[in-house]
Amino acid sequence: MALDQSFVGRSYPPTEPYEVGREKIREFAVAVGDANPVYTDPEAAKALGHPDVIAPPTFVFAITFAAAGQVVADPQLGLDYSRVVHGDQKFAYTRPVRAGDRLTVTSTIEAVKTMAGNDILDVRGEVHDEAGEHVVTAWTKLVARGAEEGQG
Amino acid sequence: MTAKIAYDDVEVGTELPAQSFPVTRATLVQYAGASGDFNPIHWNEKFAKEVGLPDVIAHGMFTMAEAIRVVTDWTGDPAAVVEYGVRFTKPVIVPNDDKGATIEVSGKVAAKLDDNKVRVDLTVMSAGLKVLGMSRAVVRLA
Repeated sequence: MALDQSFVGRSYPPTEPYEVGREKIREFAVAVGDANPVYTDPEAAKALGHPDVIAPPTFVFAITFAAAGQVVADPQLGLDYSRVVHGDQKFAYTRPVRAGDRLTVTSTIEAVKTMAGNDILDVRGEVHDEAGEHVVTAWTKLVARGAEEGQG
Repeated sequence: MTAKIAYDDVEVGTELPAQSFPVTRATLVQYAGASGDFNPIHWNEKFAKEVGLPDVIAHGMFTMAEAIRVVTDWTGDPAAVVEYGVRFTKPVIVPNDDKGATIEVSGKVAAKLDDNKVRVDLTVMSAGLKVLGMSRAVVRLA
């Protein structure tokens, strides 16, 4: 099913703040097997000039993807989520996410395309801290196609 | 930001220390919990096969998280990473045994940019196949 082209450029309201906790960062670092102390030890983080422990680079995806959920689930867009796989992912950082951050995400639909029977959706998530300063931008490409390809 | 690698000490072609990362079913369950991604293709073999996959596959974002460790272990401070992007080209297939799968990651400096930044291109393989494409990071060095 072709997606509604009029959605290109549409932005969704900022999400409610997500508060980044030290223990959630630790849980993520342990899950990916990364023992870098900058993720778990506030003193190690301070030694590198960070005010608190920082999060691994891809940690923020859980926050931006949850925000993209309101786009993906928008019934007017017509994306078949049961066929969606993750195509591309990119991040551009102004600074690392760190413990104590209260982050909001503003999602914008950058592109909707139908190519070779696949529906393709590009969503940009701009992540800001409580002071309104930019932290990171995440670009997520979702492809709705046969389930034998891609890896979610 | 305090990268331990100096811009002047690297050239185009400088190789980063390669690493390999094991991934088992238990790893995927743990990552599902930590990331909040509970898609059953990452832990339920019956479901994965019903949707046409050969077996349970790793989360693409797990593979992406492992690949950048070659860069963050090299720089010391992960804040050196200013951009990071990948394309998910092939799944990492994780069998239900004690070995699971292995993700092999190597990287090299592909370009020297302005402002002490370099572009690192990563090669990410599992079971002899390239699982990430266009896997690149821009890193600010000391």
